[in-house]
Amino acid sequence: MSVMPPPVAAGVPMEVGENWRRLHPLSPVVRFGRVLIGVIVVAVPSIAEQPGFHREGSLPISVIIYIGLLVLGGIGGVISWLVTRWRIADGNLQIETGFIRRQSLRIPLARIQAVDVISPLLGRFLGLAEVRVVSAGRGAEHGRLAYLTAAQAPVVRARLLALAHGLEVGTPEPVALPLLHVQNGLLLPALLMRSQVLGPILIAVAAVAAIAAAPVVGAGALGSAVTVLVISGLGVARAFNEDFDFTISEAGDGVRLDRGLLQRRHETIPYGRIQAVRVVEPFFWRAFGWARLEVDVARQSVSREADRDAQQVARTLIPVASRDQALWLLARVMPDAHPNPPPDAGPPSRARLKAPLSFHFLAAWFGQRYVYARTGRLQKSTIIVPLVKVQSVRLKSGPLQRSFHVATVDVDTAGRRWQASARCRDQDEALEMVRHISERARLSRRVPPPLPASPAPVPAAG
Amino acid sequence: MSTVVTQQIVGPGALKRLSPRFWLARQTQLAIFWGPLFIASIVLALIVNVSAGYLLPVVIVLLAAVAWLVERGRYRSWGYAEREDDLIVTRGLMFRHVSVVPYGRMQFIDVTAGPIDRAFGLATVQLHTAAAATDARIPGLVRPDADALRDRLALVGEAKATGL
Repeated sequence: MSVMPPPVAAGVPMEVGENWRRLHPLSPVVRFGRVLIGVIVVAVPSIAEQPGFHREGSLPISVIIYIGLLVLGGIGGVISWLVTRWRIADGNLQIETGFIRRQSLRIPLARIQAVDVISPLLGRFLGLAEVRVVSAGRGAEHGRLAYLTAAQAPVVRARLLALAHGLEVGTPEPVALPLLHVQNGLLLPALLMRSQVLGPILIAVAAVAAIAAAPVVGAGALGSAVTVLVISGLGVARAFNEDFDFTISEAGDGVRLDRGLLQRRHETIPYGRIQAVRVVEPFFWRAFGWARLEVDVARQSVSREADRDAQQVARTLIPVASRDQALWLLARVMPDAHPNPPPDAGPPSRARLKAPLSFHFLAAWFGQRYVYARTGRLQKSTIIVPLVKVQSVRLKSGPLQRSFHVATVDVDTAGRRWQASARCRDQDEALEMVRHISERARLSRRVPPPLPASPAPVPAAG
Repeated sequence: MSTVVTQQIVGPGALKRLSPRFWLARQTQLAIFWGPLFIASIVLALIVNVSAGYLLPVVIVLLAAVAWLVERGRYRSWGYAEREDDLIVTRGLMFRHVSVVPYGRMQFIDVTAGPIDRAFGLATVQLHTAAAATDARIPGLVRPDADALRDRLALVGEAKATGL
């Protein structure tokens, strides 16, 4: 990358350029806000329980300690803001931070995978947003500009993307064409219909019915079902909060995801970076013909603390849609992918003994451009890996598998979440698969993948 | 099966085996582990005057024999072949693996050697791709072979490199 930005006219308010600049002055407030809420949640109940709290005139020691912590935290936040500065120059996004231990971070623009804009709740009140750079080499934690003004963030993002693609600096962001929008009225029932929620509900109902017949057993089952229900209820609330008002749109460089109730996220998944797509049809969804699409993007050497956050980035392509819509969307991100197995894609019938619970869904096949592997016991999930993205192919067979003359073929990608695993194939067939998949992957690496075709009309829901 | 399978992919005779020195190194490792155990069991059998005490060293010897057989099977299962565009590595006795790693996908190559390996002049060559699951490791290469393999792989890897 040798794109040198032209000199920026001084005093242009929206311009983000090669001069060092600070983050927004209110950044410590937003960052500190979370800590404050955390401390209050921990501190208030413990202080209120103390006997000496209501005595007039003097503060108990614990309150002083908590206030001291908050003040220290606040000062730390302000100092961290004071010493942090960033700029885009020399083909890098450069961030310098750290008071005692100076840290100078350079992210080569050419290695940028995606640029996300995230607005947490408090940030939305204050009109601030975070720009998060996802690059191939490191986790999402490092390339963070938290926070910029909500107006500035898209400009920074457009600029980073333009430079990452080797375009002119002033190139505006490509226009995003909306593809699908998930109705919140559909999202909630769909989340509730996932088996980890509906399962406990059914058990609870059965337990209530059983109380009449066998009170002790029924009550015990009810108790444990309610516990599970509370946990999964929290999971539903979180997923609903994350995928609220979900819109997927398509721009020239990839798909855009806009989602979130309290915290809005605007994410980009570049087409070329998708390592694998998974079509998931949970057990109870199949009656309604719903499906979910998930993606896996390349993200290596993610440090432990960044791991949780990295997993949250762009994992869902569409949280719920009709099967037709999901397949249509799949065709948008992976042209010519057909997740319906050909008739001979199943494992040999003797594998039924080896994998009795998942035999009915096991299937694996490959075409000119993709490898498909379907697995699942109750939930049907099909992983689709482009042959261009195949990193290595592996044949595995354990002693039990050998006694059935079957073997597993694993297709590895640079994604972190799944590998396409063709389980319980006939031994000779597995061998052929290894040979053909590695051969086709080799050939497909020589031909650049075609760009997605012009959009076809969205199929109606239902 | 593993050898047969790999030969079906790479063609007969093309599969390279590990150096016999690696088997020596493995046997040394076994001896270091089982030898003291055997001596200790004899001492224990002599001290504790139980009629069935002599069984303990016998059991140890049997276990060591099983371990020796397993290690030998493992040693024999290793093999690798450098093809035009990819490297094939086969390993495993109980759980057999045949990995195909294209040169173009290599991110970096490691050459490592532990203390016993070094004593026998051996080294392990490991290939890393962007996929964490890739397990292309070739142990027990004679040091010059390992270095030569590393250099060859680095060369073809550079020539055929593709992005993510």
